[in-house]
Amino acid sequence: MSLATRYLGLQLAHPIVAAASPLTATLDGMRRLEDAGAAAVVMSSLFEEQIRAEDTAYALYTEHGSDSQAEAGSYFPELADYDAGVSGHLETLQRAASALDIPVIASLNGTTSEGWIAYARDLEHAGAAALELNVYSIPGDPTVSGAEVERRCLEIVRAVKSTVGIPVSVKMAPYFSSVPHMAAGLVGAGADGLVLFNRFYSPDIDLATLRVTKALPLSTAAELPLTLVWTALLSRRVGCSLAAGRGVESEQEVVKCLLVGADVVMTASALLRHGPQHVTAMKEGLVRWLAENRFDSVEAIRGLKDASHVADAGAFLRSQYITLLSDYLPGKLV
Amino acid sequence: MWESDLCIQCGQCAIVCPHSVIRAKYYDESRLDGAPAAFKAAPINARGYPESRFTLQVYVEDCTGCGVCVENCPAHSETDFAVKAINMKDRLQHVEAGRESIRFFETLPWADRTRVNFANVRGVQFLEPLFEFSGACAGCGETPYLKLMSQLFGDRLQIANATGCSSIYGANLPTTPWAANADGRGPAWASSLFEDNAEFGLGYRLAIDSQTAQARALAQTLAGRIGGDLVTAILQAPQVTESDFRVQRQRVAALKAALAGATEPDAVNLLALADFLVRRSVWIVGGDGWAYDIDYGGLDHVLAAGKDVNILVLDTEVYSNTGGQASKATPLGASAKFASAGKTTPRKDLAMMAIAYGNVYVAQIAMGANNEQALVAMREAEAYSGPSMILAYSQCIAHGTDLRHGMKQAARAVASGYWPLFRFDPTMRGRGMNPFRLDSPRPRIPLEEYRYNEVRFKSLTQTHPDAAKRMLEQAQAALEERYRGYEDLAARDGSRFHPHWQDASS
Repeated sequence: MSLATRYLGLQLAHPIVAAASPLTATLDGMRRLEDAGAAAVVMSSLFEEQIRAEDTAYALYTEHGSDSQAEAGSYFPELADYDAGVSGHLETLQRAASALDIPVIASLNGTTSEGWIAYARDLEHAGAAALELNVYSIPGDPTVSGAEVERRCLEIVRAVKSTVGIPVSVKMAPYFSSVPHMAAGLVGAGADGLVLFNRFYSPDIDLATLRVTKALPLSTAAELPLTLVWTALLSRRVGCSLAAGRGVESEQEVVKCLLVGADVVMTASALLRHGPQHVTAMKEGLVRWLAENRFDSVEAIRGLKDASHVADAGAFLRSQYITLLSDYLPGKLV
Repeated sequence: MWESDLCIQCGQCAIVCPHSVIRAKYYDESRLDGAPAAFKAAPINARGYPESRFTLQVYVEDCTGCGVCVENCPAHSETDFAVKAINMKDRLQHVEAGRESIRFFETLPWADRTRVNFANVRGVQFLEPLFEFSGACAGCGETPYLKLMSQLFGDRLQIANATGCSSIYGANLPTTPWAANADGRGPAWASSLFEDNAEFGLGYRLAIDSQTAQARALAQTLAGRIGGDLVTAILQAPQVTESDFRVQRQRVAALKAALAGATEPDAVNLLALADFLVRRSVWIVGGDGWAYDIDYGGLDHVLAAGKDVNILVLDTEVYSNTGGQASKATPLGASAKFASAGKTTPRKDLAMMAIAYGNVYVAQIAMGANNEQALVAMREAEAYSGPSMILAYSQCIAHGTDLRHGMKQAARAVASGYWPLFRFDPTMRGRGMNPFRLDSPRPRIPLEEYRYNEVRFKSLTQTHPDAAKRMLEQAQAALEERYRGYEDLAARDGSRFHPHWQDASS
């Protein structure tokens, strides 16, 4: 049985990839994932504003009170090699890239054009097999149009692609007015793959204290249908690799993602919940499912249930929706 | 700005204010006649005083804006939790009204010291600070202890101050933050060298003892002139409570009146020495650079001398005034000058070294973690008739953290077990009890949760990540080992401390 797949031009032993998460922040964590059988790992993101905030805070606290009185010009030793975490991140990536046999994909979350370009170059030089751009922006400004958001996003991809030689994927949000149009635009700008989807910060309100609470709850399989729909709609319609994630909890979700056309599946929450060894269980489950259903390879099921054969996918989905609503009976679970 | 409607009058803002700009008074409501429009008052939050009013006055022009009071305030609006009972506002808009309010506030009397409850933070806010508006950094962690000391012991204080931050902000001459009360009396303060301040303070003690003995002898000699009953009362007076001190001062005033105009040598000498008949409170103050390093030998000598002195170590764990050089109080894994790659050994356990003498009162305190314990320790130290030493956790700009949130950071230092709160009170032996008491619970957060809020620890994770990781593990292990030792000591039965050498007799 062949589980082999290709993603971003990389030959992978099987389609289960460990997505960026705290587990992939350290060499030890990435090694554990490789030992558990992950086909590739996406290292945790390098956040440009985090680096800038670190720089600012470092300057604020180390320079506070400097030259304010005659007896002391400063209160901290000068740390020539302090760099707010970039070199540490790069060093971890470098060590992981040389220590691991599986591909190590870098993840970058930038804010400025200079940041995207400079850090993309650094990550490539550190040995990343590919680069995943996490274009995470929450358009809170009502004067910024959707077209402007899309233009900026495409600009970033063009800029990075013109800077690095390694494959580049884009982890996109599901909230564009036309996801397929945006996906096609990203591919046109040079993206070698799309990762469906990233997740937004989900604040909540604690009613006991009336405080806004920070939260990014782990995803569950209940979130997967959104990914399944769009993967199915993009499969064989955009000329790039597709990675599906956000709710991949077990081999069942792995199979579903492959059926709708994903080249690989990305999983993070399930690994955080169950530990790196959960990759082994997912992989064994995939093999079991294929065997039980008499498929001899991952390739054999890829895209079997995608929407490439539906001429007007939009109309089809609307009709499904209408049918569901029409069939609803009070008290009956649908 | 004070929100009188939200305030619960707990005193937690005033006790942590580094510059003594938050003051509290209670008074009869009739005194509000003529108060300026902006002057704020609230019914006092205490039963049995329906006519009493409470005012928390902020000295607007002297506030440095550090915000420590706001973060330490436990009261907030029910609808907007960000609005506390004390909040930072744009100063310029409130200066004029603030000046008027302060002028009126200063016409109100300070609370009668004999009626104030010295035993808790709420009570202590009503004591006049005699240390105010110093040139210390905004958010300084040292000055709240000095202010508290000045409130508790007032005009009886005689302070020997080592070189360091406290000698700079304590005497930025020609001004001084050490202030006098309405009677014109205040703490006596002098600074000595870095390397001999402990001995300097011991010198105070010896001189005071000698002059007090002379005064007592002269009073007996002149009893006929002064009055036998008055002399007996003066010489036998208990001098423990504020009421005791007030009555003793009245007696001494009567003694002086009886000797007024005298020309004979004994009477002239007694007039010069009469003030020594009121018990003084000798405090030896300095930072960790002084206590742990530069004058450690002297400090040890003074502890061993057994005299009644109180030592307050304002422990920032680094030489602050000279720019952040490592001292022997600097913790393992902290980056400081002379230890930029992280100090490789734990801080000296000065407290246990002093405890080893057996007859030294020793306390470790942390404002922000437990203000009540800090208050109790300072009072016990002062009341103890032998040597006392207090190690006071003091946040500092050399820690590289947001000092506004420093009280919570101090609480984390304690919660992690890094800075356990304890008191070793030799007098407990007399009651058959263990003199060592741990005042803080077992470590309940990892050391990392405390440390990585500060640049001195965090910077190493960037420059020397492997070393930072190793040092954090070592520091955690060192902390746990030290804590086990404290816990073992605290768990001993009181009988294990008997007989003490001071009690043994042939």
